[in-house]
Amino acid sequence: MAKKRIVSTTINGDAVEFLCEPRQTLLEILRDVLEMTGTKEGCGNGNCGSCTVLMNGKPVTSCLVLGVEAEGVELRTIEGVARGSELDEVQQAFLEGAALQCGICTPGFIMQTEALLACNPTPTEEEIRFHLAGNLCRCTGYDKIVRAVQCAAERRAGACHK
Amino acid sequence: MSTVEKPSYKVIGTRPIRHDGVDKVTGRAKYGADIRLTGMLWAAMLRSPHAHAKITRLDTSKAKALPGVRAVVTSKDFPDQGDRLVELGEGSVNMKHLAANVLAHDKVLYHGHAIAAVAADSIHIAQQAVELIEIEYEVLPPVQDALSAMKPESPVLNTDVRTKGYVAGGPGSADQPTNVASRIYFEQGDIKKGFADAAVVVEREFHTATVHQGYIEPHNATVLWNADGKVTVWMSTQGTFTARQQTAELLRIPVSDVKVVPMEIGGGFGGKISVYLPPVAAMLSKLSGRPVQLVMDRAAVLLATGPTPGSYIRVKVGTDKSGRIIAADAYLAYEAGAYPGSPIGPGCMCIFSCYDIPNARVEGYDVCVNKPRTNAYRAPGSTNAAFAMETVLDEIAKQLKLDPAEIRLLNAAKEGTRRVDGPKYSRIGMAETVEAIRDSAHYQSPLPGPNRGRGIATGFWFNVGLKSSVTATLNLDGKVSLLEGSTDIGGTRTSIAMQFAETLGIPCEDVHPSVVDTDSIGYTDVTGGSRTTFSTGIAAVNAANDIKQQLIERAAIHWQTTPDKVQYIDGGVTCSDGQRLTFKELAAELHELGGPVIGQGTSGKEAQGGAFGTHCVDVEVDPETGKVQILRYTAAQDCGTAIHPSYVEGQIQGGAVQGIGWALNEEFWYDPKGLLRNATFLDYRMPTCYDVPMIDAIIVEVPDPSHPYGVRGVGEVPICPPPAAIANAIANAVGVQMTTLPMSPPKIMAELLKQKK
Amino acid sequence: MRDFDYVAPTSLQQAVELLAKPAGQARPLAGGTDLIDHVRNGRLSPDVLVDIKKIPELNLLEAGPNGLRLGAAVNCATIAAHQAVQAQYTALVDSCQIIGGVQIQSRASVGGNMCNSGPAADSTPSVIALGGRCVITGAQGTREVAAEDFCTGPGKNVLKPGELLVELRFPAPAPHTGSHYRRFIPRNEMDIAVVGIGVSVTLDDTLKIITAARIALGAVGPTPILATAAAQALIGQPATDETYQKAVPLAREVATPINDMRGTKDYRIHLVGVLLVRSLQAAVARAKGECPNYKPGH
Repeated sequence: MAKKRIVSTTINGDAVEFLCEPRQTLLEILRDVLEMTGTKEGCGNGNCGSCTVLMNGKPVTSCLVLGVEAEGVELRTIEGVARGSELDEVQQAFLEGAALQCGICTPGFIMQTEALLACNPTPTEEEIRFHLAGNLCRCTGYDKIVRAVQCAAERRAGACHK
Repeated sequence: MSTVEKPSYKVIGTRPIRHDGVDKVTGRAKYGADIRLTGMLWAAMLRSPHAHAKITRLDTSKAKALPGVRAVVTSKDFPDQGDRLVELGEGSVNMKHLAANVLAHDKVLYHGHAIAAVAADSIHIAQQAVELIEIEYEVLPPVQDALSAMKPESPVLNTDVRTKGYVAGGPGSADQPTNVASRIYFEQGDIKKGFADAAVVVEREFHTATVHQGYIEPHNATVLWNADGKVTVWMSTQGTFTARQQTAELLRIPVSDVKVVPMEIGGGFGGKISVYLPPVAAMLSKLSGRPVQLVMDRAAVLLATGPTPGSYIRVKVGTDKSGRIIAADAYLAYEAGAYPGSPIGPGCMCIFSCYDIPNARVEGYDVCVNKPRTNAYRAPGSTNAAFAMETVLDEIAKQLKLDPAEIRLLNAAKEGTRRVDGPKYSRIGMAETVEAIRDSAHYQSPLPGPNRGRGIATGFWFNVGLKSSVTATLNLDGKVSLLEGSTDIGGTRTSIAMQFAETLGIPCEDVHPSVVDTDSIGYTDVTGGSRTTFSTGIAAVNAANDIKQQLIERAAIHWQTTPDKVQYIDGGVTCSDGQRLTFKELAAELHELGGPVIGQGTSGKEAQGGAFGTHCVDVEVDPETGKVQILRYTAAQDCGTAIHPSYVEGQIQGGAVQGIGWALNEEFWYDPKGLLRNATFLDYRMPTCYDVPMIDAIIVEVPDPSHPYGVRGVGEVPICPPPAAIANAIANAVGVQMTTLPMSPPKIMAELLKQKK
Repeated sequence: MRDFDYVAPTSLQQAVELLAKPAGQARPLAGGTDLIDHVRNGRLSPDVLVDIKKIPELNLLEAGPNGLRLGAAVNCATIAAHQAVQAQYTALVDSCQIIGGVQIQSRASVGGNMCNSGPAADSTPSVIALGGRCVITGAQGTREVAAEDFCTGPGKNVLKPGELLVELRFPAPAPHTGSHYRRFIPRNEMDIAVVGIGVSVTLDDTLKIITAARIALGAVGPTPILATAAAQALIGQPATDETYQKAVPLAREVATPINDMRGTKDYRIHLVGVLLVRSLQAAVARAKGECPNYKPGH
């Protein structure tokens, strides 16, 4: 078996080291080694977006990233979205807008929305739908998700104006 | 829109934040695959690479010898089930078939059929060990569709299947092995005379593909078989009690030795009722002495769970000159998958259920084919049937130059209408949903532009009642802990808590609901059949009323009077002398007034009245590629009383989009060898958010008299109309009437090219 | 997943040495969006993955008067956001915005898409249409191959064991050149192309006559196909639908699609014509400096 190695990375602002086999995906490391199970596995091959995390600010499906590739990067996961005990605008909008039913896809959608709003704070409905197309939801029909993203964008814009 | 004067509610009809919401937007909610136990092993399964084969050799010794492997199981490790049928909550199940579906016995009946499982120190070792299992097959020819499988010369899957309801000369056999598992037959009136009198008759044949529920969370089970013989199962399931019973029956241990702990569930839609993994993980745990987690990967989910049947349907409808249906005839053959049990019964009952038809006949067959055993999927059987009936009705409307909403209103089933399968409707809202669409801004708006068309269709689902239990404990701070057995897939903790709060006149936020394990609550049937808000809601109302009664007694002690002098009104108790205590004030005194108050409620006698939805869709068809874009979508549904309108809308929107997927692109794609070639979310094409517009939901409220607040189940109906509505829209856009699902671009293009010739 | 080792060299020479193993045992890892999936499902079983993302030459992205240099490991998101690529190599942007979802684009590279050599790869027709050349380095030195000659069959290409695709080089487009890639998929996103077409068109100074054109077809043969005769038929002709229609039969002639779950042979051949006309319309609009009517998936 290939030797395990120590990987040093930053997760949600904290320096983290973990021991990792080369064949372990970042998703597996997060869930099974670091016990950060907020990131979900829906398909294991990059087609559902449930395992979306931000790597150096860019959204990636963590099932298609090796744990060893996390060396020296900055990761952000669903566990790092809230500011302490205060939800951020995206979480708040999903919560208030009933933008989840079973909730399994929600962490992925929230991370993907964070990525969208970071690069495009005022997306159109079409831009939202295009950007979120890599995230599958089977419960909501997407209506309330898209509205929640719109609402989060508006709230953030409002916060900026203050 | 409300059709009757609604009582004024304080909680019902509001939109509180769901109780489990924060956990679900922060990643804290624990789903089945999120549990981590000390010493836990990981398991992987061997699955069949063939659609139909005899297992001639199976040797697990090399797998067992791999370092890190702790246990290996095959069907030989499980107790024999004999020939027995067991009542499992939603009908009786042949245990031999259920067991063989969990782990194949001597034969594999579909691609992906589970054969063996390994538990090891890591998932990678378990997967490596699976590859070391030596197995040989004698490959048999597969049969993949109902009509082929019904032919006498077809390969037969199960040697023990005979045709239930066999009639001489018909398909199947009463005494020889056959794929035809059952025949359903309903008739009312005089169909011959009906068609003879008809001014217009349209008859069409339909084929629909196998489709999957497509929940995002794969099946999972984590099991500890403890040294005391007690088995604990942590899993995501639609029904803890049926999971408990299935697991116990498959292991042949007493049901009370199994405790099922419900984890959060990542979607089900009917597909997480049948048990696949817990008995296997349990046996691995027993052999290894360690807790074992077994999680399917996406390929396994698509290969071996669900799906809902592919089908063949023939429908013939006759009307008089005014468009009134006077005769209807239907023949349905549904693929059961490997073992009997397709939703052919509901399909037959639903096909004419939206209309008042004096002369009707329905004949249906449940047929085994080499595909995974079908399971419930949102109004199981009804969507296939609605696709056929609702497109035929549109063709008739066109011939008679009738507005499609008008022909539906003309024939709408209403209170007192007798369905072809016998029952008479109580108060229902079929016509109201059609009127809601007819009067909607969407239907009233023009649809300009070439290759665009609008279509409508109606759908029906029975909705079930079944049994639920709720326990409520009153805390001294005036808040209530509410325990329930209904697993929460889409916000039912809140819809149940709201009914409880409404009954007691307290804020919804003061009710803290928990979904608890099978040792901690009374028997509760599955979260399915659109029953939870209805039936567990009734149990919660009963529990609230129980608390009310107890509080009246406590207040009487407080006021040193008799209970008959005390009334529970508007969130508090009032004495005949005018004194009043609020719910909170009284709760604070409980320990001085006799101790804890625990309310209990159950349900089980109430039957739902059925629910209808009518959808309207605008499409644009690309005339050069055959691809359909959904431009606008409106869905109206009779919800009785909407408890939490956001989640009612959510059910309607989600169901509509699942129906859109079924209509346009979803299908299991089997090759000639019977192998499923699209067992990924890349090629099993569920809609993304870039494929659909906003879905406007119109909530119609015709209260169901069998529920204290008039609730009707909401979840299932909205998947029924979309394929037919979209087919009707396509016909209006480009003039081709589609009769197969999915209506994928190449199929529409082929029809467009035929039309040009 | 099967066991393998992982190394992340920081120089080209180290990488070439690491890759100099018998075929298939060492695999370069760029974005991994295909590779990791293939290892997981057992289609590939390498002993070692050589992460090439830390090698400077493979991260190059430079546009200048002599053209575009695109390192093989540069991810789609970076390419699509690059201003010069957006202005002059637009077909690449079209491709990079529809490979997988946004998450995949953060990782997947055009170089990796080429090396994976899938017949339906979304970026290869663009690379071919834009006249891309593949710079390949191995123990024997460096060589260049035209993009249309790179793939040799499904999953196969000209790379010999130990060789690595380092960079793609594109000539600077002539004035009044526009390019476009579009594909047909059943959904609007997240699908494999049933047919994909990349085109590049140059107009004369009047913006009316086509003076140069390249057309590449995807998903209609074992490799992406350069449709030379179809492109030739456009040259010297007015940029009109009538002209484009003349190219259609010539493009269909070189298409040799198969029947599979993503489409039938007949349907694919039909789509070649539809997509060719639409992609030429869009490329010509861009050559004229106009914004074409294009919405991915529609």
